[in-house]
Amino acid sequence: MSNPVSALNGVSFNGAVTVHEQGLSGMITLRGDFADKAFVAAVKGVLGATVPAQRQVSTGEHARVLWMSPDEALCLVDHEKAEELTAKLADALKGTHALAVNVSDARAHFSVQGNDTRDALAKVMPVDFAQDVFGPGQVRRSRLAQVAAAVWFEDTDTAEIICFRSVSTYVFDVLCQCAQPNAAVGFHNQTVG
Amino acid sequence: MSTRLSTGGRLLNRGKAIEFTFNGKRLQGYEGDTLASALLANDQMLVGRSFKYRRPRGIVASGAEEPNALVNMGQGGSFEPNQRATTTELFHGLTCESQNHWPSLEFDVGVVNNSLSRFLPAGFYYKTFIQPRAAWKHVFEPIVRHSAGLGKAPKDRDVDTYEHFYAFVDVVVIGGGIAGLQAAKTAASGGAKVLLMEQTAHWGGRTPVDGGSIDGKPAADVIAELVNELKAMDNVTIRTRMMGAGVYDHGYVLGYERLTDHAPQSNGPRHRLWRIRAAQIITATGAIERPLSFAGNDIPGVMLASALRDYVVDYGVSTGDRTVVVTNNDDAYRTAISLKQAGLEVPVILDARAAGGGALADEARALGIRIENGKGIAKVKGGKRVTGVAICAQAGEGAVLEEIACDAVAMSGGWSPVVHLWSHCGGKLTWDDAQAHFRPDADRAPTNQTGDAFVVTAGAASGPLQLDAILKDATQAGLSVAETLGKPAKIDAALQGDAPSENALEPVWLMPQGANDKLRSKAWLDYQNDVKVSDVRLAAQEGYESVEHTKRYTTLGMATDQGKLSNINGLATLAGQLNAPIPKVGTTTFRPPYTPISMGAIAGEAKHSLFQPIRRTPIHAWHEAQNAYFEPVGQWRRPYCFPKTGESHGDAVSREINQTRNSLGLLDASTLGKLVVKGPDAGKFLDMLYTNMMSTLKVGKCRYGLMCNENGFLIDDGVVARIDEDTFLCHTTTGGAERIHGWMEDWLQCEWWDMQVYVANVTEQFAQIAVVGPNARKVLEKLGGMDVSAEALPFMEWRDGQIGGFDCRAYRISFSGELSYEIAVPASQGLAFWEALLEAGAEFGVMPYGTEALHVMRAEKGFIMIGDETDGTVIPQDLNMQWAISKKKEDFLGKRAQERPAMASPDRWKLVGFETLDKSVIPDGAYIAAPGDNANGQRNVQGRITSTYYSPTLDRGIAMGLVHNGPDRMGEVLAIQKVDGSEVQARIVDPVFYDKDGEKQNV
Repeated sequence: MSNPVSALNGVSFNGAVTVHEQGLSGMITLRGDFADKAFVAAVKGVLGATVPAQRQVSTGEHARVLWMSPDEALCLVDHEKAEELTAKLADALKGTHALAVNVSDARAHFSVQGNDTRDALAKVMPVDFAQDVFGPGQVRRSRLAQVAAAVWFEDTDTAEIICFRSVSTYVFDVLCQCAQPNAAVGFHNQTVG
Repeated sequence: MSTRLSTGGRLLNRGKAIEFTFNGKRLQGYEGDTLASALLANDQMLVGRSFKYRRPRGIVASGAEEPNALVNMGQGGSFEPNQRATTTELFHGLTCESQNHWPSLEFDVGVVNNSLSRFLPAGFYYKTFIQPRAAWKHVFEPIVRHSAGLGKAPKDRDVDTYEHFYAFVDVVVIGGGIAGLQAAKTAASGGAKVLLMEQTAHWGGRTPVDGGSIDGKPAADVIAELVNELKAMDNVTIRTRMMGAGVYDHGYVLGYERLTDHAPQSNGPRHRLWRIRAAQIITATGAIERPLSFAGNDIPGVMLASALRDYVVDYGVSTGDRTVVVTNNDDAYRTAISLKQAGLEVPVILDARAAGGGALADEARALGIRIENGKGIAKVKGGKRVTGVAICAQAGEGAVLEEIACDAVAMSGGWSPVVHLWSHCGGKLTWDDAQAHFRPDADRAPTNQTGDAFVVTAGAASGPLQLDAILKDATQAGLSVAETLGKPAKIDAALQGDAPSENALEPVWLMPQGANDKLRSKAWLDYQNDVKVSDVRLAAQEGYESVEHTKRYTTLGMATDQGKLSNINGLATLAGQLNAPIPKVGTTTFRPPYTPISMGAIAGEAKHSLFQPIRRTPIHAWHEAQNAYFEPVGQWRRPYCFPKTGESHGDAVSREINQTRNSLGLLDASTLGKLVVKGPDAGKFLDMLYTNMMSTLKVGKCRYGLMCNENGFLIDDGVVARIDEDTFLCHTTTGGAERIHGWMEDWLQCEWWDMQVYVANVTEQFAQIAVVGPNARKVLEKLGGMDVSAEALPFMEWRDGQIGGFDCRAYRISFSGELSYEIAVPASQGLAFWEALLEAGAEFGVMPYGTEALHVMRAEKGFIMIGDETDGTVIPQDLNMQWAISKKKEDFLGKRAQERPAMASPDRWKLVGFETLDKSVIPDGAYIAAPGDNANGQRNVQGRITSTYYSPTLDRGIAMGLVHNGPDRMGEVLAIQKVDGSEVQARIVDPVFYDKDGEKQNV
């Protein structure tokens, strides 16, 4: 088996903010009844994480779990372990109505870093990026220009973005456009206004 | 003549001269000028020709309401028509040309229309060009097109960049005049997040020009203090050069920020379109002065009184040495006073009110200005500029009492609040008799999703026009918004304004009130669209009583300025003619944007390579490197074929097919939709979605299925694989993946919410490669791994395993009629697996094939294609696919619809194959004519071609089509229409042209 490659092979761009394709990321789509004790126990047992509340991110030993909808979560795991953890989840969920499926390769994963991150992303995502509204530990499923994307913050100035793999070039190009210098907005980051 | 004064001009930096060009003339202005003020400073009174009569036109206003001074600006990729001189900040190297002139601004051939104006009344086009019908296309339209239109259309691609910005705040305040500043400060004082925007480059609005004091200090000082206070607040963002363009449902506001219009040499985006969500909106949009309707009120040199004053105070520009002021209110006296103070002459103030003005009038009189009460202008004298006015009694019919030489006229018909943004989302208006204007009715505000008011007006936008009342209203607006938000304001005390008291205005809709038809037909209402008092009166006489009808019949208010100056005067004129009160006539609808915004700002980043997302498979880069010829399939780009150097696309397709049929071909099938459907009710769910039975499918096996909508029409097809007892993997068409995923979720969430089923779209998780041809098995065996023999992996089954070291799922399915495997590997290894197949397949001459080869091969086998054989009106029965419709199932989507008489009718067109007698290829989409004509005199038809190709396998043209009673007419020869009008003879045959028994795929 050859070395697996991510959508854009770790490409980067430095502008008003830094845009970086994160390389391979393991991702498992998990659907089920969040209130079901067996479901909660499976997530805890296999990933070491709690089931996240609405628009929240929970972090466990093997995964960061992103709330996607009332019955869907996205588990971020090591790419190498994705297949194994998917199987473990499926096993732990046997007997309950749930779905665990490896979607690692169906996605591209970017980071956007810098003081202007929030202003840069607000050019293409209809999301309230105010720090007091959207901080680390939360996630938003939204739109990035013309495609679907999810976004969360690792820290105040570092956003992580996932989108579908097929549109990774488009998303990277759009993010580079957002990162162009001489276009500071000074809305979230008032120091440049 | 207009000129620059030696002193004055609070916005000017006289230390910095700026060069610009108008109609090829090199002119000079100062930093701080608008294009309009700079033109006036250079005695350029004439700035354009009118739309219809080509009358000379000059600058009328000083802001967004300007109807005349529109220019073609810039060159090449920076060219833009209809740029308003009054809102264009002057910059070095600005190049512009006047519009609506031919051959030149000074001499326009079309001015002949002016003398013919009595033959070009309202509704002229409708009346004249109706007959004969044919003349419209060939005679009238070309002439009208030539004479119509304002600016030129840009020819080059826009060189600038644009962007959007999404912002979320508690309060948006639109307008940075004294009211907006005070309302913003008040609203923000309790902690609410506030965004304040001002369309010009300067804070304070009219107040610095109009004067007065606030809390005993000069107004200008208080404005500066307010701005500094707002800047210091963390919860407040303030922006100049940003217009509130529109207010929409759910507190959505569009802000149009002009970043580099004033400095086009700088880098960065030109415009930024702010897409704002606000809980509350304050419109502090001020008021616009109304013109007076007297004969010759459009001659260059006739201006709004406030504009004339702005040019003196803000830009140190005199419009004329001698200015006659004509008014029906006190405010215009400020203009006379400003002019006098600047050392200019005001020969007379004509006050239409018999009782005249108040404190300001006294001040003017004290300055020695002659004031004539109860008088008006009978007509303005002059052509390309004002030379004098004829004075008359306002109460009379226009008998001239006196003529006075002058070179400018300052007119004021009163002030109308800018109610546009209040009205955009449903705010209602009320008629204010005292001030003769429509103002917002606070009790009928635009309401939000909870039914509560979400727009509040502040200052002059609410109606009050006196400084103190404006400040009180603005403070109140801020307080009420803060209260609504639950963040009560913390302010010390309301600001107290002090300005001279004013006498009441008297409405004047025509000057003199008894003006005869000759005068009325030179009294302009709408400058930009050339609508006069006489036109509106005529429309009323002809029965156009609704203001909306009159607007369209006369084109009043339909130009790019959307009637900012003309609306109220126009509808008052209409009301007068109809003998109805003005509020009964009402206003036309106010629609966004407030003033036109650039197309670039609307597009934002979506242009060039970012115009639309393009979806790429993991193997896309390889295809590009092979110079594949791509075709769009949904948002994907798929290789149509892989032409070699010098090879035509047709030849490439034939080569790819021959290679695949004879040995080995590869197809990148990654784009096919793949939906995992899992749960205890998955089988039951799929039985409802597909026309055939899926619940009986055995684990490890595949089944082809059809999907119909509730109306019975085919919407998708594909192969379903049963993964385990609870889990199915449904393949969809390339274009159908997202649509069918949504379709499944729709039924699960909205209709069958009690079914225990989860769906996940895993389309992009896998690179899927079709390995096709007699040597397909050999190449997989050569790579080694799982057993792919006919016994271990029979036709229409699947297995998980490894091939060549790659984890994969192998499906034995065939869309080509050949021995075929579709191998799915993780997308991250798709390209590596593709390359491994190419390497291993070299000994078999392996070639990639594109979508066209795929289409031809499936057509040779008689396989249908969603989108070719179906078009949203085709049911499976039309395609002779009864075999794929379960008779055992109680129900499935489409079942009942397919039992309707029209669906069960034997007269439906049905699928057959065609072979041309001369072996040629039938044109795509061709119709098959039947004898006779229908009721509309059109030729009858009996069918149409749905797919048509050259088949290299059979070396002839083959086609499929839908034909009336087709399957019963085997062997019949039909004449099929070609594009050039001729016909081609084709025989109806079985649509399966190749290997009818399936021996090749089932080995």
